[in-house]
Amino acid sequence: MNDKVTNILLVGVGGQGTLLASEILSETFMLAGFDVKKSEIHGMSQRGGSVVSHVRFGREVASPTVPEGEGDVLFGFELLEAYRYLPLLHAGAKVVVNDYRIPPPSVLLGQEVYPDDLAERIRRRFPDFLLVDGLHLASEAGNPKAANTVLLGAVSKRLEIAEEHWLAALHKMVPAKALEVNIRAFQMGRVL
Amino acid sequence: MDRAILSGNEAIARGAYEAGVKVASAYPGTPSTEILENVINYKEIDASWAPNEKVALEVAIGASFGGARALACMKHVGVNVAADPLFTLSYTGVRGGLVLVVADDPEMHSSQNEQDSRNYAKFAKIPMLEPADSEECKEFTRLAFELSEEFDTPVMLRSVTRISHGKSIVTLGKRVDNLPAPALVKDAAKLVMLPGNARVRHPKVEERIVNLSLWGGTAAINRSEIRSADLGVICSGVVYQYVREILPEASILKLGMVHPLPHDLIRDFASKVKTLLVIEELDPFIEEQVKAMGLSVTGKALFSLCGELSPGRIRNALEQGGLLAKVTSAPLTVEKLPPRPPNMCPGCPHRGVFYLLNRLNAYVTGDIGCYTLGFLPPLNAMDTCVCMGASISNASGIVRSLPREEQKRVVAVIGDSTFLHTGVNSLMEMAWNQAPATVLILDNRITAMTGRQENPASGFTLNGEVAPEVNIADLCRAIGIKHVVTVDPYDLVATRAVLEAEMQRPEPSVIITDRPCCLMKGECRFEKGKILAVDQNKCTGCKACLRIGCPAIEWQPASDGKKGKAYIDPLLCTGCTVCQQLCKFDAIN
Repeated sequence: MNDKVTNILLVGVGGQGTLLASEILSETFMLAGFDVKKSEIHGMSQRGGSVVSHVRFGREVASPTVPEGEGDVLFGFELLEAYRYLPLLHAGAKVVVNDYRIPPPSVLLGQEVYPDDLAERIRRRFPDFLLVDGLHLASEAGNPKAANTVLLGAVSKRLEIAEEHWLAALHKMVPAKALEVNIRAFQMGRVL
Repeated sequence: MDRAILSGNEAIARGAYEAGVKVASAYPGTPSTEILENVINYKEIDASWAPNEKVALEVAIGASFGGARALACMKHVGVNVAADPLFTLSYTGVRGGLVLVVADDPEMHSSQNEQDSRNYAKFAKIPMLEPADSEECKEFTRLAFELSEEFDTPVMLRSVTRISHGKSIVTLGKRVDNLPAPALVKDAAKLVMLPGNARVRHPKVEERIVNLSLWGGTAAINRSEIRSADLGVICSGVVYQYVREILPEASILKLGMVHPLPHDLIRDFASKVKTLLVIEELDPFIEEQVKAMGLSVTGKALFSLCGELSPGRIRNALEQGGLLAKVTSAPLTVEKLPPRPPNMCPGCPHRGVFYLLNRLNAYVTGDIGCYTLGFLPPLNAMDTCVCMGASISNASGIVRSLPREEQKRVVAVIGDSTFLHTGVNSLMEMAWNQAPATVLILDNRITAMTGRQENPASGFTLNGEVAPEVNIADLCRAIGIKHVVTVDPYDLVATRAVLEAEMQRPEPSVIITDRPCCLMKGECRFEKGKILAVDQNKCTGCKACLRIGCPAIEWQPASDGKKGKAYIDPLLCTGCTVCQQLCKFDAIN
């Protein structure tokens, strides 16, 4: 195990499930024998605001937040929010984003336009970029609500953690009745 | 030993359990709320919400006087409410250990100010511990109870958002089981703070803080980590983690107890390094005391007094101060993007009310809760917001300064939980002195903003047990308000009529809206209505429905130069019908 700390950022819109996803990541890294820290904001921002969770693992982790410009992996639940937080990443970072748009208030009101080329813009800056049709794949797996788990599967392939730890964390964190669909969704993400 | 990933708040709850705490009380407030919500996992602890922080602390004091270990939790501004008992508790001391957990919110992620609670410990002359991760949250909570009893003092444990809502690995321990059984013991000289008794207690308080400072000089929680002889940093809490990240070679004096400071330890540390820094969030609390010791130290000359620190902000400040070599690569930037502020939920019963207040040109004295978001466009219907309960008393004061025509525009807006927190005192004043303003109590049956906690009017306790409900209308009448009207906030015509009538009235009146929070699903409290859709043939693109700022309604511009139309997202719509009532063309059904 080397001393390098791996920095993951989960970004999206309050209510999208970033908190649960960051819990599963943290649990996995602990099961794999790493030190883990994570940080997020509850409260006001969860009312449909922009949210970011930080998860860090390694032999020993100090700060619970990712130092600016040192993010290794961006796990985006929504395109605009993924784009917003790109400055937290280093140039060679891996970016996995759900192909999903939630219009912010100014767009709902017709005052601003939701940029339509965000995926291309991200790809230009970060060649290691994966756009995932999470909703569609999750529906194939059996439940559109498992879109985050498809994304999680795709993120898991980009981290050097054995599959058994991911599955153990899913078993622990996902309610029994939703487990089968989520395991299927996770596996669909792993082949992307 | 069992290990778990716990948030700081979960770890504080665990620490309270392991310390043998018997009674816990709190009022919800971000970022402290989850402490008590996790304490209820431990059946050995009697945990309950209080109507406000003063009451919560007094409940804990009572339990301590009975001989039990007791916990009170609140956010930083809650200590302002609880300050009255706190300062005299410092004189009485404790019987069972008493710990007051305060969660500060540097950066104001969910707060109206970013006051630094360390000043309270100094002001009240009591010790304050500050953990740097979840393991320390648990261990320091345990230690705080021991210190409380050993030094006969309340102990404050300070967290910040990044500690309370950060998670890290904790080793779980067992609950202590050798504490003396609580019992009534008469000790009036210690517990009755009349002047004669208090004069005897005050010197003990001064002596105690000296003894605590000496204890801090040898305590393991104040730790000198000697590495480089060039640079030494004094820090505490989460800032310690940032410093380890950015200055891995620096020597560090990590303070686990931030009040009182261990003077000999600080002098010894200062003598071992060439350059001495204090890195701390918010106030120069440690820096000023180190300077008063006559030591040469740099702190706020480099680091901001405002906002939270982060590894990046510390790195930038050190680079600008010439203490760290500049990183050459320019940071990545992105173009200006549409912002995404928080918003009231689709179906929120507050939305239509704020729309009407805007249309009626009301001057709204606001309060603390989800409804503070009524400030945001397109509703733009809040003009003041100071602190819990202030809406009503601010309205009472403002009308006294105005001519009659302007008085009519003043409406105080407050939620049910905030009304019962401190608003009820303000309403008493308004009724007593007959200030001619209108009070709007948005009763959604829950403390919504902090994550739906029960309150004295919601009918349930923290543990979900059925409880007596305060009847808010009857309470207002009992206080002396003659005109109390209840209205359905989803009925815009009725709500508008009531608002217009009460705003005209030259005496105090109360309007109560009675729809439950739309997030309370599965509890038989909120039910969705018929999901609505826009008839694209009837929609004229007038945008009337957009004026309520509902997240379920989206403007869809037409591509061919024609007028755009509104669209309702069926997954978000709750069927509240507020938009339907605004449509003059019968296009929403």
